Amino acid sequence: MNATGRKAKAGSGMSERPFTHQLLADMLRIRRMEEKCAELYGAQKIRGFLHLYIGEEACATGAMHALDADDNVVATYREHGHALLRGVPMDAIMAEMFGKAAGCSRGRGGSMHLFDVARRFYGGNAIVGGGLPLAVGLALADRMLGIRRLTACFFGEGAVAEGAFHEGMNLAALWRLPVLFLCENNLYAMGTALDRSESQTELCVKAASYKVPTLKVDGMDVLAVHEGTRRAAQQVRGEGGPFFVEFRTFRFRAHSMFDPELYRGKAEVEEWKKRGPIHSFSAQLKAAGELTEDGFLELDAEAEAEVAAAVAFAEAAPWEPVEDLLRDVTTPGAMR
Amino acid sequence: MAELNLVEAINRALDWEMAHDPSVVVLGEDVGVNGGVFRATVGLQERFGPERVLDTPLAETAIVGTAIGMAAQGLKPVAEIQFSGFIYPAMDHIWNHAGRLRNRTRGRLSCPLVVRSPCGAGIHAPEHHSESPEALFAHLPGVRVVIPSSPSRAYGLLLAAIRDPDPVIFLEPTRLYRLFKQEVADDGEALPLDVCFTLRAGTDVTLVSWGAMLNETQAAAEALAQEGVMAEVIDVATLKPLDMTTILESVARTGRCVIVHEATRTGGFGAEIAANLAEHGLYSLLAPVQRVTAWDVVVPLSRLEHQYMPSVERIVAAVRKTLEGA
Repeated sequence: MNATGRKAKAGSGMSERPFTHQLLADMLRIRRMEEKCAELYGAQKIRGFLHLYIGEEACATGAMHALDADDNVVATYREHGHALLRGVPMDAIMAEMFGKAAGCSRGRGGSMHLFDVARRFYGGNAIVGGGLPLAVGLALADRMLGIRRLTACFFGEGAVAEGAFHEGMNLAALWRLPVLFLCENNLYAMGTALDRSESQTELCVKAASYKVPTLKVDGMDVLAVHEGTRRAAQQVRGEGGPFFVEFRTFRFRAHSMFDPELYRGKAEVEEWKKRGPIHSFSAQLKAAGELTEDGFLELDAEAEAEVAAAVAFAEAAPWEPVEDLLRDVTTPGAMR
Repeated sequence: MAELNLVEAINRALDWEMAHDPSVVVLGEDVGVNGGVFRATVGLQERFGPERVLDTPLAETAIVGTAIGMAAQGLKPVAEIQFSGFIYPAMDHIWNHAGRLRNRTRGRLSCPLVVRSPCGAGIHAPEHHSESPEALFAHLPGVRVVIPSSPSRAYGLLLAAIRDPDPVIFLEPTRLYRLFKQEVADDGEALPLDVCFTLRAGTDVTLVSWGAMLNETQAAAEALAQEGVMAEVIDVATLKPLDMTTILESVARTGRCVIVHEATRTGGFGAEIAANLAEHGLYSLLAPVQRVTAWDVVVPLSRLEHQYMPSVERIVAAVRKTLEGA
């Protein structure tokens, strides 16, 4: 089975589903994919670093559904879910995790550098804040080329400590560029709590100081994320200038796979887990009579099946031939 | 043909390419209204408008980061960093992103970006305004490094750099900006980005240099000629990719090599050329390779800067050393 074939199949199934079920299904797809990634990491099938998004799924899910297919997206190293919901096939993501040539970055990016040029997904990025000036440039180019689309730039609250945040925010506002800054504030920049690293912990105040309009959203509530992003995107498209949205969220797992988590207590994690985006949203739908337990299990089984197929695809995919090691550093034959 | 100095040649090349390729954009500090601190971009904003010649904040990270985003969309940004000592805040984006877009996407994206910056000492300016950081960039996969040494080569190499699909660090020797004039055709003809230029033929020793140091190197060759020592002079021009073929072919004939550069010695690009000679040209050598470089110090203020930079005398002395025992 190839990646493109299954995507079309999954796509055709999506269209008949109620929107709320699609949101839930997508959060489950991210969750199950990443749980499998953690397992494969333990089995040393996935090597290097792995930063899981578990707990934060409402942010990527709500936000991606509020964007147009043609928009540019810039993400961080915790971007597996963003890539998936941007339409990168799970096969291609999983193969990339393995470092296989069939991966979306042809096996050179790995977990932190998922790229898909055709889907205008400009990558995971291991440099905190590194995506902001890039997003500004993408938006500036669109304006110069007369293309009306926005650039959505995801980053964590750790990025607001970087100079690139301030330079990027300033330029986007100064030149009134269509950049939608989406800050996933999970309260800990790696192992440093927000109030241990920032003198101003109200992130919207920082953005507002550059005259960028702001909105603070509950990042554990997928509908709130969707609505907030939709409104912000509408304003960006209508007025042209940037917008800053802060999602208050929480990561349930460690920063990376090598994190002793000495910086936060178990009680705090457990408290946030009560507000977990998947179970709270499914409970909400059930209470409203919009979802049955069987319906939930069906969505879950579908996600599990997609993950199993993606893992099988990645396992079977060939490695990049060693002869290709020196390729794609610079453009062949382009030196004159 | 017009008689142009180096900075005028840079300006003509930018003007030509902006007129012929609407995807070329210039951005940087004071490049628009003011025409650049050295006047390299003078007249461009008037001719091509503020949409294509952008004055930026004093924010080097954003200048290069934004330019990379523009390049990813197919534009050809030419970013000016006002002095090479100001390039370090932009290193993050040059190092971490510009040189890697192509690799990360396995060729589906390239980064047709040029970062122009003045470089080098000899203008009586303090440290950050006089540095020669070329070796830092040459170390980086996916990035080309070019340093012109004359108006005509500046013109042709800058056109080639802008047309190249990969990021090019284009370092312009400040000392040469107005040092001399040369006939430049201004006909849009680019020079190749992967060859050295042999400026003077000789049989006894090969002098290898780049940028402003070719001034002293050629003067040294002239002085040596008076003594009957015929030096071949090679302008490396493009440090990466390095055309070792031309250098090795020359050294195969002369048997001696002196490398001259203005950057500090340790880890300087001369070491790369010397290592290549050791690997591929050792049996041609009649004497150990000599390097004439700046000392391993921060560029001093004007009173001492000519002690910092290699002089004609030091180059001649190094050549004499290679001739000892011949």
